[in-house]
Amino acid sequence: MRRVSLHGVMVAWAIVTAFPLVWALMSSVKSDAEILASPWSPPSSIRLENWARAWNAADIGRYFLNSLIVVGGALVLTMALGSLVAYTLARYEFPGNRLVYYTFVASMFFPVFLALVPLFFIVQKMGLLGTYPGLILVYTAYAMPFTVFFLHSFFRTLPSAVAEAAFLDGCSHLRVFARVMLPMARSGLVSVGIFNFLGLWNQYLLPLVLNPDPDRYVLAQGLAALSVSQGYRSDWSGLFAGLVIAMLPVLFAYVAFQRHLRAGLTAGAVR
Amino acid sequence: MRHGKLRFVAGALAPALVLHALFVLSPYAQAFYLSLTDWTGVAGGAHFVGLGNYARLGEDALFLDALRNNAVMLIVVPTVTIAIGLFLASVLHLGGRRGLDGVRGTAFYKVVYFFPQLLSLAIVAVLWQFVYNPTNGLLNGSLRGIGLGGLAHSWLAEPHLALAAVMAVIVWSSVGFYMVLFSAAMDAIPRELYEAALIDGAGAWATFRKVTLPLVRDNVRVAFVYLGIAALDGFAIVQIMTVGPGGPDGATEVIGLSLYRNAFTYGKFGYASAMGVTLFFLTLAVALLALRGRRTERLEIA
Repeated sequence: MRRVSLHGVMVAWAIVTAFPLVWALMSSVKSDAEILASPWSPPSSIRLENWARAWNAADIGRYFLNSLIVVGGALVLTMALGSLVAYTLARYEFPGNRLVYYTFVASMFFPVFLALVPLFFIVQKMGLLGTYPGLILVYTAYAMPFTVFFLHSFFRTLPSAVAEAAFLDGCSHLRVFARVMLPMARSGLVSVGIFNFLGLWNQYLLPLVLNPDPDRYVLAQGLAALSVSQGYRSDWSGLFAGLVIAMLPVLFAYVAFQRHLRAGLTAGAVR
Repeated sequence: MRHGKLRFVAGALAPALVLHALFVLSPYAQAFYLSLTDWTGVAGGAHFVGLGNYARLGEDALFLDALRNNAVMLIVVPTVTIAIGLFLASVLHLGGRRGLDGVRGTAFYKVVYFFPQLLSLAIVAVLWQFVYNPTNGLLNGSLRGIGLGGLAHSWLAEPHLALAAVMAVIVWSSVGFYMVLFSAAMDAIPRELYEAALIDGAGAWATFRKVTLPLVRDNVRVAFVYLGIAALDGFAIVQIMTVGPGGPDGATEVIGLSLYRNAFTYGKFGYASAMGVTLFFLTLAVALLALRGRRTERLEIA
């Protein structure tokens, strides 16, 4: 009896978690009349035109592309610069090493809200407000501290014998880093890469302030704006479709990497 | 031997340090100064006003609402999330036959529970706006469906319910993550301890309190810090989901929203910066409080 009730609790929370998501998926293929008539009833026919309307007319497609460009650019830049910094700080002795490390790490504990006002004016003064490079650079700057922190401890644990041998063979510093150490750190790079992808893909506050041009909206930002405008137009089905489209990339990433991803995210939290 | 070392170090650090100084360190530093001025965005138009902005914060009714709401969230969100997370993780580990194994389908539950954590809070907010919709939303629809239509409410429009509705969304999106976090910590607890507890006749609650909890305490502390910081934020959910936003009548106002509105709607950049500094010290206090004495009591498992 006790086992049954305990299992019941697990099922109950699974329903609480999954139900709103399944419901959104179901509503995204219903007609507006069906949505208004009953939130429960299954769709009479699968209306994929809702998805097409959200993608084209409601600009979800454009927001999607913007997100892809901004997050892709920021991710590449963050991983390249972050791994270089973490590696250098972890494997080289030089004056100021600790200072640089703590400068990066300390800023993890500052709320972004504190920086918001000056950041807006810095980006504006540079003429980067509402541009891809502006968002990419700011995203990179804010993703860097955790990346450095995580990879620093990772590079420290790697053995130095291989690197020593490579140096004796006459490899340059950059070559040892790129050809010897980076491949050895692959699992750490994947973990922090997934972590950064999710964090950047889900950004809302930074684009809201730094990206005022509707043509350049990223997905989360565009969807939020849409929920206001489509709500006025009562295009519920289109809005549900947009919502589901916005969730799909993360769902795919999750299905593909789910074990790695849960391990990586939780390991990041306790480090 | 390793020539060019310093050149490599300098070259590796320079681009990242420039970005960091320009977009992270400098705005943080400027915010502290701006909070002492009456700047409204006009170049050269900043006057030093000392602690004037902070004094006005104390008389700003909406900001005081925000402080109160964030305080409530700070207590409720971590407590409820951690309680549910610990409970689910315990059931996952010990709810099965004999009280020593996990329930069946552990992997499946982890997959499902964890998913909301991956969604952008903006997306979560839009989703729950639909769920809470009074006429065609999922929540009222479900209540009517099971004959509890009397419990249906305008969840986001009633002042005494709106904040609870916001907190429920944050809990919903975070529980899975902390369940997985605690579950990983429980994986590391030796089976023999539970077998010994079982032989000694300890019930489920005693086992949890005397065996599990002390051994996952560090993780619970970390969870308090992360959830505390999330509870001091709440911006995306409130800004997208609530009426106003921040309403009805300040019932869901949060510090971040006040800051955003004062800065980017009213152009009171100095005043908004004072809110940012306040938020910074609150965040710092939460982190220090939760991590205090973290290293003093470490349990050793032989």
